[in-house]
Amino acid sequence: MSLLSLAIWTPILFGVVLLALGRDEQAGAVRWLALVGAVVSFLVTLPLYGGFKLDTAAMQFVEKGVWIERFNVNYHLGVDGISLWFVLLTAFINVVVVIAGWEVITRRVNQYMGAFLILSGLMIGVFCALDGMLFYVFFEATLIPMYLIIGIWGGPNKIYAAFKFFLYTLLGSLLMLVALIFLYTKSGGSFDLATWHKLPLSGTAQSLLFFSFFAAFAVKVPMWPVHTWLPDVHVEAPTGGSAVLAAIMLKLGAYGFLRFSMPIAPDASREWAWLIIALSLIAVIYVGLVAMVQRDMKKLVAYSSVAHMGFVTLGFFIFSDIGVSGGIVQMIAHGFVSAAMFLSIGVLYDRVHSREIASYGGVVNTMPKFTAFALLFAMANCGLPGTAGFVGEWMVILGAVKFNFWIGFGAATALIFGAAYTLWMFKRVYLGPVANDHVRALKDINAREFLTLGLLAVAVLYMGIYPKPFTDVMNVSVAELLKHVALSKLN
Amino acid sequence: MIDKASWIAVYPEIVLLVMACVIAMTDLFVKNPRRTSTYVLTLLSLGVVALLNGLYAQGGQTIYAFGNMVVSDSMGNWLKCFATIAVMVTLVYGRPYAADRDMLRGGELFTLAMFSLLGMSVMISGNNFLVIYLGLELLTLSSYALVALRRDNANATEAAMKYFVLGAMASGFLLYGLSMMYGATGSLDVNAVFKAIASGQIKHQVLVFGLVFVVAGLAFKLGVVPFHMWIPDVYQGAPTAVTLLVAGAPKLAAFAIVIRLLVEGFLPLAFDWQQMLAVLAIASLLLGNLAAIAQTNLKRMLAYSTISQMGFVLLGLMAGVVNGNTLSAANAYSSAMFYMVTYVLTTLASFGVILLLAREGFESEEIADFAGLNQRSPLYAGVMAVCMFSLAGIPPMVGFYAKLSVLQALISSGQGVHIALAVFAVMMSLIGAFYYLRVVKVMYFDEPITATTVSAPMDVRAVLSVNGALVLLLGVVPGGLMSLCANAIVQMLKT
Repeated sequence: MSLLSLAIWTPILFGVVLLALGRDEQAGAVRWLALVGAVVSFLVTLPLYGGFKLDTAAMQFVEKGVWIERFNVNYHLGVDGISLWFVLLTAFINVVVVIAGWEVITRRVNQYMGAFLILSGLMIGVFCALDGMLFYVFFEATLIPMYLIIGIWGGPNKIYAAFKFFLYTLLGSLLMLVALIFLYTKSGGSFDLATWHKLPLSGTAQSLLFFSFFAAFAVKVPMWPVHTWLPDVHVEAPTGGSAVLAAIMLKLGAYGFLRFSMPIAPDASREWAWLIIALSLIAVIYVGLVAMVQRDMKKLVAYSSVAHMGFVTLGFFIFSDIGVSGGIVQMIAHGFVSAAMFLSIGVLYDRVHSREIASYGGVVNTMPKFTAFALLFAMANCGLPGTAGFVGEWMVILGAVKFNFWIGFGAATALIFGAAYTLWMFKRVYLGPVANDHVRALKDINAREFLTLGLLAVAVLYMGIYPKPFTDVMNVSVAELLKHVALSKLN
Repeated sequence: MIDKASWIAVYPEIVLLVMACVIAMTDLFVKNPRRTSTYVLTLLSLGVVALLNGLYAQGGQTIYAFGNMVVSDSMGNWLKCFATIAVMVTLVYGRPYAADRDMLRGGELFTLAMFSLLGMSVMISGNNFLVIYLGLELLTLSSYALVALRRDNANATEAAMKYFVLGAMASGFLLYGLSMMYGATGSLDVNAVFKAIASGQIKHQVLVFGLVFVVAGLAFKLGVVPFHMWIPDVYQGAPTAVTLLVAGAPKLAAFAIVIRLLVEGFLPLAFDWQQMLAVLAIASLLLGNLAAIAQTNLKRMLAYSTISQMGFVLLGLMAGVVNGNTLSAANAYSSAMFYMVTYVLTTLASFGVILLLAREGFESEEIADFAGLNQRSPLYAGVMAVCMFSLAGIPPMVGFYAKLSVLQALISSGQGVHIALAVFAVMMSLIGAFYYLRVVKVMYFDEPITATTVSAPMDVRAVLSVNGALVLLLGVVPGGLMSLCANAIVQMLKT
């Protein structure tokens, strides 16, 4: 069985075919082919969940083959409880994004769809790679399609955003590259992650490695204070780009902490946990306050993403079962919710061509169906029980309170800010009397938009009401990870 | 008495020489201004030469011929094979451009290109100071003439003049350094010089004095700071087809003589020349990358980019000997070779696109000329984008693995200085990413200024597509080429 290879290469193959053959004259056929590609790519990931064994922390669906003999780089794939859901999530969001771009994108449709399909395959590759170099190649390669997506289909200031996105994230990952080669040398010529996890390292080496990884992953997450690229990029990126960026790309960074920083440099991780916790708390509280004063809806959701990802890193670095699991659940939930939020903004933007909160008001009067969806997603964004947003945040706060009351207290107050900025935005955009003629002329969502938002709404509700399938998968793997991190690797 | 094996070792060069003369003669009788018949004949002969070199390289034997004057080894044969293919590709890309500018009349382009290739081959196979020097002169003299091929063009003549003056000086440096070495060791034979230096009998000061001049001469040929002045002017001034002839294949030959002289000849002095290379590398990375940002002319930008890329090659070369220990030598030099080969591959494709966009009476060499290329021709924009990402070192393009192997060579030496250099190099490549991305930006994000579609002859279209695909495919499966370079270098070090 090579399910993981299928999951990675199916979308990439479809993407390449689209790039090679697609013409704008046959945009309709291109869209359908893209949809078929995305759906097939999603379907091939389903057996992963079906065949996943819950009782082992070992890597499953492992594939291993020699890739670059000279450097002992292997094409080594596998998923465990930590990465499994992200494979499915990526493939799922890809379907949603392809549908969401259906009529909106009219220029160079094949390149748009191709870029998203290739991007989705590459990101799945990141989550499956068990070889350091393979991970890096996938991790970096995602920059290229995203750069093009932002730059070609983005807003007025797209060029600035595309460059900022590319160079900012490249800076972090180049330092990680040096760290990877250093580990390769230290381990006697191996890029194998499992080998690195067992490799004894001195305290200094661990700290250096920890900060090299931190440079790559903190930028990607993004953590305060290296989050400044995210609002700029989100504002300019097309709706689909924002959705994928927030839903999946940010998770690559958080996932990196779990796969690289913590198991490879456990002593340094424990030593520097206070730093990550402090930065995470700043992210949830301070960035939450920043979100409150935004006038631009996309910027607001971008800052809210930073705050939510703060919960994730906070959960990871309190080193408890419930914290780490909570962080992962929060990542998945945020994947659904942030994609939904950006797609909702996209629905409005396509009609009015404004992201300013002030341009709206009373949307509920003209778009009742859409407002119902928006309300659900807004509630999920502030973590209302019964929605996906609640589960992860609640687990993280629980873990944090056990770890230290005041940290838990700080994180919990952030929930209030979250509710404040989300609901305030909701009130100003959707409620009240109809604000202007643009809003009066609005037409409610069509079947296509209903489908995209509906898919996400089902996911958000399902995860909120019955999170067991999500937590069950990760339990054993998280326990194993924490057991590993608790042991010192100093030599 | 010259034995038969010696003749066999230089068959490719003999074919090259004979065919160059035949083509020069044939061309007298060709009236067609596009010179189709000579063009096909040239490609055929080069194809045979490449095949011969490839077969020799596959055989993997090391033959010393003509009383140790030349050597035919796996590294040299592969480099000759790649150089020949590079010249072929250059001619394919360059012919429509040259024909539009009336540069094919007289047929010098093909003949001179073959003679310059002959020069490269001699350089690569030379195992004796004089032979290496002769090859170098044959290459550079042909190149001077090529750059000046459009003698009514002011830019081209100026570039040729600069190239000639600086190049002659560099040759002088090299010759002076080599004569110092000859004086100190009493031999022109690379292997004998190695033995003489390794014996430790020779005064170190004299050797280092000669070494400085040799390194300076080589640095001129590679075009690294502070001996880089000619690069931007020649790249920009020369007709683009000739720029590619100067920028592509000769880099492989320059790499070969660096290996032949510094490694095979002066390895016992590695401690000294590694320090020199380190300084050159740092300066090149810094200046090349920073100056490239300011360029608006694409050819000039690629010139500065070359300077910085050569800095990376030098980083690979300087990591070979650590504390007198040559264990990591094979690793380091093969990383540099891999870097060079992939760099030439990428350069070919990117100049191929520049040549393609140039039309009669219109040079497409400003970065702005590429605006909206994606809308005019997604294929060529794609090729160019792949090249730019490769030069920037973004996976999965082949350029990434080149940088990776050099960084790996640096870091695995385990020295703090080398790790610091590696961090410096990646920071510089971050700066480099900016100007490569700018080209992508212009092609993909900007609106086109003209709506004219891009058309190309079948041969150019096919070769360019394959070339671009290789930059990407070698990135997806880089293992083969890496092993090839590693084996070649290991064999070279053994002898």
